[in-house]
Amino acid sequence: MTGAFVAALVLLTATVFGLVRRRRDGRLRAGKGSGLDGSRDRLSPAELGAELGERATLVQFSTAFCAPCRTTRRVLADVAAMVDGVAHVEIDAEAHLDLVRRLGIVRTPTVLVLDAAGNVVRRAAGAPRRADVIAALGAAIG
Amino acid sequence: MQVDPRGQRMAAGITTVILVIVLVTGSWELLAAQAVVFAVGALAGLRYAPYGLIYQALVRPRIGPPAELEAAAPPRFAQGVGLVFAVVGTAGYALGTEWLGIGATAFALGAAFLNAAFGFCLGCEMYLLIRRVIPLNRSEREVSV
Repeated sequence: MTGAFVAALVLLTATVFGLVRRRRDGRLRAGKGSGLDGSRDRLSPAELGAELGERATLVQFSTAFCAPCRTTRRVLADVAAMVDGVAHVEIDAEAHLDLVRRLGIVRTPTVLVLDAAGNVVRRAAGAPRRADVIAALGAAIG
Repeated sequence: MQVDPRGQRMAAGITTVILVIVLVTGSWELLAAQAVVFAVGALAGLRYAPYGLIYQALVRPRIGPPAELEAAAPPRFAQGVGLVFAVVGTAGYALGTEWLGIGATAFALGAAFLNAAFGFCLGCEMYLLIRRVIPLNRSEREVSV
């Protein structure tokens, strides 16, 4: 009897979690580290292992065991190719665990939108939509 | 290796049904059987995963090839996470520690259901968290040397 109750509870909880997750997944927000709460995360070319884009940089944290990372890679590479002065940098999260901890990254893909100086302006956990990435670039370049 | 994502969703659906039956009946034998299914997928590869074979034989011929294939590594890793919970759960039920059996099975059920219903791979998402706690990374070791 306990088991049946637990099964029902798990299915209900997972449904709520799944619906919330689906709504939030890939949304680019001006959240933690983007200057609103007083903290400002900033990434240097040395940390990225690549030059910053002239106007903005799309940083993608990936792992080998991440299904949506491939879609994200395609979307970000497309946008970077389309908009002048925007670079796309993909970082292997496992090889940069110190950076992952500093930025509080818990999922892959996590996408950061940096302005020309390397400040984190927008951030998304999960695969972002193309239109949202373009809108976030507006905030970084604007 | 690449896999058909629809096959993965269907396999997760079958797993969901099996795990619900395990919770309702408390059968450690059934959970042990599910652990074997997880083990085949994780250790031998998704090509040999039993539910995947069912999908290939019965469903895929009717619905045609997928629009897009997915990398096999993430779902295979998730099968390994499922295996750990299924083994712990089986031990819990078999040794009379019912709360452990229920708890481990409940977690595996949540993950399987999220995959079946939303295509969300909880086992895959755990990978980075696990690595954050247990950094066995070569590049980090090189730095400390």
